[in-house]
Amino acid sequence: MAAIYTVVEVKNGQAGRPFLEALSEARRQADKMGGTVTAIALGQGAGSVDLGRYGADEVLAVDQPELAAWNLEACGSAVAELVEKGQPVALFLASTVHGRELAGWLAARLKAGVAADVTHLETDASGAVTVTRPMYSGKVRTKATFSSVRPQIVLLRPNIFPLLGESLGKTAKVTATTVSVPATASRVKLVNTQTPPAGEVELTGAKIVVSGGRGLQSPENYKLVQDMAKVLGAATGATRMIVDLGWVDHALQVGQTGKVVNPDLYIALGIAGAIQHLVGMQTSKCIVAVNKDPEAPIFKIADYGIVGDVFQVAPLLTQELGKVVHRPVSV
Amino acid sequence: MNVLLLIKQVVDTEARVKINDAKKNIATEGVKYALSPYDEFALEEGVRIKEKLGGEVTAMSLGPARAKEALRTCLAVGADKAVHLTDPAFAGADAYTTAQALAAAARKFSYDVILCGKMAVGVDRGVTGAAVAQLLGIPFVANVTKLEFSADNKKATVTRDVEGGQEVYEVELPAVFSCEKGLNTLRHTPLKGIMMAKSKPIQELKAADLGLPEAKSEARVRVESMEYPPARQGGRIVPGDPETAVKELVRLLHEEAKVI
Repeated sequence: MAAIYTVVEVKNGQAGRPFLEALSEARRQADKMGGTVTAIALGQGAGSVDLGRYGADEVLAVDQPELAAWNLEACGSAVAELVEKGQPVALFLASTVHGRELAGWLAARLKAGVAADVTHLETDASGAVTVTRPMYSGKVRTKATFSSVRPQIVLLRPNIFPLLGESLGKTAKVTATTVSVPATASRVKLVNTQTPPAGEVELTGAKIVVSGGRGLQSPENYKLVQDMAKVLGAATGATRMIVDLGWVDHALQVGQTGKVVNPDLYIALGIAGAIQHLVGMQTSKCIVAVNKDPEAPIFKIADYGIVGDVFQVAPLLTQELGKVVHRPVSV
Repeated sequence: MNVLLLIKQVVDTEARVKINDAKKNIATEGVKYALSPYDEFALEEGVRIKEKLGGEVTAMSLGPARAKEALRTCLAVGADKAVHLTDPAFAGADAYTTAQALAAAARKFSYDVILCGKMAVGVDRGVTGAAVAQLLGIPFVANVTKLEFSADNKKATVTRDVEGGQEVYEVELPAVFSCEKGLNTLRHTPLKGIMMAKSKPIQELKAADLGLPEAKSEARVRVESMEYPPARQGGRIVPGDPETAVKELVRLLHEEAKVI
């Protein structure tokens, strides 16, 4: 029976949504081919996360000190060892920063193929995967297949694949698993982490993003973006223009050389809509634009637009949104 | 401190792309190419390291004949050597076979640190750097925004962004780092550098030099088709003065789009 494996990073006994999305998709695809889903859970409290709820038949829980903090070689070796034992047809990974470097490392280690930033995938009865993924910053999309080499490593874009709805009422079989970690893994040590200030919503996973551009005219006016985001429980974003001007940190940049987001709602304040920005947000479910220039390219792809002075419109919009939103939707 | 740069020439990021007749790739006629934007950070960092600590910077790229232009950019900015992996046998390379080729070539050089861009813009994959590191048996950290070396040049301390935060690692050299925006800004290419780069030799390596089989037969992933994504239907303007428009917009978002 064909198996799909997936990796779930566990932090403080919790698993982030991108991993649960990949697991949910593994379940859907496994059901189509009558196969099984095994989740490799890595980290402290690996055995305590309920992954059966999201589709795992089995959980291999690896809770060793060398993997308590992210270590690419340790985690890669662990996954490789378990994959070689279990011989799955595919390995689904969340396309997070850790996930991507893990996928690249594993492709080399397992001499396998890797498809990245996948937005849609299909499997046939034998477990052969066909992926759809954007290229050229979303200007085109491609369909790709794998050779007969197994596993097929697939990086799934976050915020695209739905979580399995209600619990399947299934309990996964959890096995505490020990792997051998190469001594060379200690060549890399995580010495510090910085988490964002409380209340800040992470951009790539956010359901709502409020973004600002040059039309805000000066750095203090970015507050209009922040105020609206606060009311909506949204993440804040920015164009390359204002990042390069030093108004906000590059971590907020949305676009070709920034982040790609696909929230349910993207509100663009004072953004003209240069192609390099659009490629970072054009797959958003709903786009709203506020700009004083009726010819601004952003209006062509916005579902709703208001032509007007952002300094007048934005505060009113924030106020009005506050009346409708009962509680912030946070990620 | 010897630096090896893994760079790629990509379609200019301003370009409109057209799909070719075979519907498997983009049409290359009249297309402008440039050094991948993230590779610029790698190039600048490599030259800065040389200026501060001495050593040699070697730029390496796998690509068709035109990729030499990107290598010349690296030479012009301050790389000492350029190596071009070019061979019809590399056609159809996927991430796995590209990494294999780059690692095989890297083994011919002495390096303390290998720098590449976070991903090649256009290909948008971002996995090759990690694959190269694994094949070379050395550490890898992605998306580095800060890179510093210990006094004895045996270790690096790197900072990188992760979803909603940052991580700082201490890494034993040699190692591979992929570079992210925020690490530095590429300097203007000096005119003198451009002139000099024109006459510098670029070493060519073929698949046979690296002991590699044809990429097409070894590639694990193959593009079957390419199409344009469905165009977004946009353009609806909510009319009225700010107050009226805002009220109507919020109503539409709640009742029609159902996103709030």
